[in-house]
Amino acid sequence: MSTLWTQLEPLLSKVQKPARYIGCEDGSLHPHPRAGQVGWLFTYPDTYEIGLPNQGLQILYEIVNERDDAWAERSYAPWVDLEGELRRHGLPLFSVDTHRPAAEFDLLAFNLSAELVYTNVLNCIDLAGVPVRATDRRPEHPLVVLGGHCTYNPEPLADFVDLVVLGDGEEVVSEITDIVREWKSSGRTDGSREHVLRALAQVPGVYVPSLYEAEFDGEHLVGVFPKHPDVPEVVEKRTIADLGEWPYPKHQLVPLTEVVHDRLNVEVFRGCTRGCRFCQAGMITRPVRERPADQVRDMVQGGLRRTGYDEVALTSLSTADFSGIDKVVADTVNDPSNCGQVSVSLPSLRVDAFTVGIAAEIQKARRTGLTFAPEAGTWRMRQVINKLIRNDDLYGAVDSAYSQGWRRMKLYFMTGLPTETDPDTLGIAELATNCVELGRAHHKNPSVTVSVGGFVPKPFTPFQWFGQNTVSELYRKIGLLRDATKRTRGVQLKWHDPKATLIEGIMSRGDRRLGPVIEAVWRSGGTFQEWSEYFDHTLWVETMAAHGLSVDWYVHRHRTEDEVMPWDHLSAGLHRDFLWQDWRDALDEVGLEDCRWTPCYDCGACTGYGIEHIVASATPPAGGSQGTGQDLATGGIVPVTIDGVRRPAGVGAP
Amino acid sequence: MRLRIRFTKHGKVRFLGHRDLARIWERTLRRAELDVAYSEGFSPRPKLSFGLALSTGYESEGEYLDLDLAPSAPPPHLAALPGRLSALLPEGIDTTAVCEVSRSEPSLQQAVTSCSWLIDVVDTTVAEATDAVDRALAAPHLMHTRERKGKEVTDDLRPYLLDLTIIGPTPTGARLSAELGTQPRTLRPAELLAALDPPLSEGLVRRTHQWTTHDGARRELLPVDATSAQHDGERAS
Repeated sequence: MSTLWTQLEPLLSKVQKPARYIGCEDGSLHPHPRAGQVGWLFTYPDTYEIGLPNQGLQILYEIVNERDDAWAERSYAPWVDLEGELRRHGLPLFSVDTHRPAAEFDLLAFNLSAELVYTNVLNCIDLAGVPVRATDRRPEHPLVVLGGHCTYNPEPLADFVDLVVLGDGEEVVSEITDIVREWKSSGRTDGSREHVLRALAQVPGVYVPSLYEAEFDGEHLVGVFPKHPDVPEVVEKRTIADLGEWPYPKHQLVPLTEVVHDRLNVEVFRGCTRGCRFCQAGMITRPVRERPADQVRDMVQGGLRRTGYDEVALTSLSTADFSGIDKVVADTVNDPSNCGQVSVSLPSLRVDAFTVGIAAEIQKARRTGLTFAPEAGTWRMRQVINKLIRNDDLYGAVDSAYSQGWRRMKLYFMTGLPTETDPDTLGIAELATNCVELGRAHHKNPSVTVSVGGFVPKPFTPFQWFGQNTVSELYRKIGLLRDATKRTRGVQLKWHDPKATLIEGIMSRGDRRLGPVIEAVWRSGGTFQEWSEYFDHTLWVETMAAHGLSVDWYVHRHRTEDEVMPWDHLSAGLHRDFLWQDWRDALDEVGLEDCRWTPCYDCGACTGYGIEHIVASATPPAGGSQGTGQDLATGGIVPVTIDGVRRPAGVGAP
Repeated sequence: MRLRIRFTKHGKVRFLGHRDLARIWERTLRRAELDVAYSEGFSPRPKLSFGLALSTGYESEGEYLDLDLAPSAPPPHLAALPGRLSALLPEGIDTTAVCEVSRSEPSLQQAVTSCSWLIDVVDTTVAEATDAVDRALAAPHLMHTRERKGKEVTDDLRPYLLDLTIIGPTPTGARLSAELGTQPRTLRPAELLAALDPPLSEGLVRRTHQWTTHDGARRELLPVDATSAQHDGERAS
């Protein structure tokens, strides 16, 4: 095994931010692999600053390195300046831990959390010296693996990857390792690549695209079918039943240079049962699995002492919903063993006065901005998307925040949602204006930043059938908002580029015919597409046209109930008829209560896999479900487990 | 109580910037459970002050950091401190000395009058490098133009060139030893090499000492025996 450090070192003096390529983080490992061990290179296909904090990657890195028969290192997409130097000097993609060439690993695994990085995946494979098309790979080449939220529709990347993992990776990473170890010991002879892929396809949660064929009838997909009888027709996602058994990462990496989310991150639960209809993460990560409260406290306490961070983030899809949240926060803030002042952040705050109360408690030391995500401007629209926040909930929270000393607030919204009308769009401006007005009672110059993103329908959500708004329609709606807010002192409007929203939309619900488009865009230099300075909308649109593919067909048309989706052979446990019913409910403006404390809607995520919600405390968090003061005592028929001890149904409710 | 710490920056960590280093120290001091004083105000920060910034990519034997302990903090066991800090710092950053300094001493920024450097020059021969060095030392002025805040500024670097010698050949060029002044402005090795005739190309650069002037004599920022504190604890006062 070789290190490239001596060849890389002189190049680092020539590039921006060389510190992102040196490794040396606290918590990083320097494996000395032995013959026969399986090597994983976990790669984040974006910059080090974005990729390092990724918890999924850190968790798998630790789990693999705890095995005797395997080792793991990390890699991140080199910025364009270093990529140029590497290609000029004939050097490959490398690990940051020991600076080994990527091709010396057995598995080149990518964490995919956004669609615009797809061309970066191809670039990293190529830079590793591995053929970008899976069919061109030989037994000596690494297996290319995908994991992360975007893998629920990996079809656009099907030509370029060997296997795709659906769902939680903690267990499946070891099952894959076992099979690859046997492959290695068999000598990886000619033709053995097909055998190992066939074996891997038997692992639940593993999808091997090359063992499936996509059939089309004209422009319509007929289905994606297994080529062999032993390959499963539907690949089911993996779910860790009890987060309490997986206290990872045990040694969170502490970067030496600037990264996003530079703080101790402790995941308090996975899954979300609020049922927001736009939210793919909430749908595909069900059921809710809370970490036991005392484990959270241990991870916070031990983590702060070990890392020296003065900030801890309790992460999840909606942290104020953690059933033991008040106590965990109070214990963390008041812990006498803290050295210096520790602040806690809850990156995902529910919109109600209760959460503002918590925020005030935990941000005594350093008060940062406060962010709420009402997502839509009117109550009607929020019933459509099932984010049941009333205007008064928001105003109550905002007033409470201003009265407790905050002056600046951020509000997140989407535009282009199903059934959205201009009054709904303008409702965003009205909410923001009213919020600033509330602030004037407490401060001289209150401010509200409104951030608006174009809505992209995602697979495995009730909105997967919806025709996304066009670029010009999104621009028109942003224009409405700009006109409505420009004279309002204290309201700043920010928006995402609708052109990037379009490309994200193409990739999100695309099929295998997009593979050549992604490859052509990459070959034309279209990397780092999620970075506005490199994003090239024209290149994508022209490449689509050159391949005879209609953007309108892929993105803007509404899909029908019987239409086959490119991801129908994959499963997140959710019943398709549940999603369709929820889509009809959305169009009827019917909201659904949080299923964790109230009735089961049989979405399939629990019952299909014989698992259930796990909560850390029998007491639901204060503030009412979804902040609406909704009655939580309506009973429940979903079995709920508290800290791993099974309780009779309905005990979760007071 | 104010502590002055000397530390190294070797190897891969030479690519860390000044701000990176400050953050690493903040976390390290918390991990070492040193009760550092915090600034008051909206966003309290630990009271740390660093000496002259080292260019990213340069190595160093002698970096310095001053820190104030909280008034209520118990006096730390100074002899044990270098080892304790080194164990918590990334590889390549080692604490080589710790000493108490008076709060009335000038700040590190003001105190340093010159720095010693080992400068590798590449793509040249010892003979060429010697010519360039001899010419610079013989010249009464060494004019150099640089851009500063969008304006062109021409400086005479010669007064800052206190010493410059060729130590010997390297596989790709030569190694120079230099002492460069830092008052009223800092002369950086890269500027010196660019101002030579012919200009020389920079390879690895290492700062070896930071000097202060005391009664007309130069000495290191920490007393020579400060280093021994880590062995016998005599200076744990």
